[in-house]
Amino acid sequence: MSKKITVEKKVLSENDRLAADIRKKLEKQKIVTLNLVSSPGSGKTSLLERTLKELGNKFNMALIAGDVQTENDADRLKRAGGKNVRPVITGGACHLDARMVTRALDEMNLKGVDILFIENVGNLVCPSSYDLGEDMKVVLMSTTEGDDKPLKYPSMFRRSSVLIINKIDLLGLSNFDIKQAEKNARTINADLKVFEISCLKETGLEAWYDWLGNQVTSKKGKK
Amino acid sequence: MHELSIATEIINIVEKEASRQHLTRVEEIGLKIGALTGVNPDALTFAFEASTGDTSLAGVVIKIEKIPVKGECRACGNAFEVQEFVFICPECGSSDLKISQGEELDIDYIAGQ
Repeated sequence: MSKKITVEKKVLSENDRLAADIRKKLEKQKIVTLNLVSSPGSGKTSLLERTLKELGNKFNMALIAGDVQTENDADRLKRAGGKNVRPVITGGACHLDARMVTRALDEMNLKGVDILFIENVGNLVCPSSYDLGEDMKVVLMSTTEGDDKPLKYPSMFRRSSVLIINKIDLLGLSNFDIKQAEKNARTINADLKVFEISCLKETGLEAWYDWLGNQVTSKKGKK
Repeated sequence: MHELSIATEIINIVEKEASRQHLTRVEEIGLKIGALTGVNPDALTFAFEASTGDTSLAGVVIKIEKIPVKGECRACGNAFEVQEFVFICPECGSSDLKISQGEELDIDYIAGQ
């Protein structure tokens, strides 16, 4: 005789438990933690390179660079001045999970760190399911992609707090409509904070740097 | 294809639960998957079958209940189903919504002997 047993358990409960531990640990140390997500090639590493160069003297920044293979991104971040960079090779997995981040953090010195950037694997689907203990997800898209990207990947845009549109120097060279892109994103998530930037031409980045500074200030101000 | 990682988590949880409940054979697993999770039910079923091939869970039936996104407007109180991921109240146009369901990625039940 078959019996039915109610389980009612979250599939990712183990990930969520580890993420909660990470969040608690980083909150205690007052570290602003941002999980950067995007398609491959939108400019996550470029944005971090710029940010390291511009704010390296002002803030103590630590970085976890996730990739399916190679430590290329981590190497780029080190060359850009990153002193506290930890590569995580997922070995095929299309996302970082809280266990990988826990392991990476165990090997990092977080003393005095103001901001921790977690550069996720380039993928707009899978990373949205995995809480890494971050304060916020920052989603990037670029003008060489479709302006309907938010509509195609609603989970990611819904779960992000910040949207960065990169490569605005290329506006007009493709049929990417930036107004439409923002409108699409706000249909999914009206609360998104939006930055329009070009990492290559260094435009629009001041607002991003200011915003980062404000995040650090408000985190330090918390008792 | 994070469905493979998710299938692995499901197997871990179900094996523990089955042993705790003294089930010698699991026949069915009931899942609830919200539309907001970005998890594809067909891909998950496939990943599950591929991962259980040579385990005690081989051949287990996966029943997936798809949970649509529902929200309640904080401005006018309208409760509605969010269609096509448009998070805007169809009554008053406000985007200040409380999402009541659609984030589920749960093991609802297991059945067996």
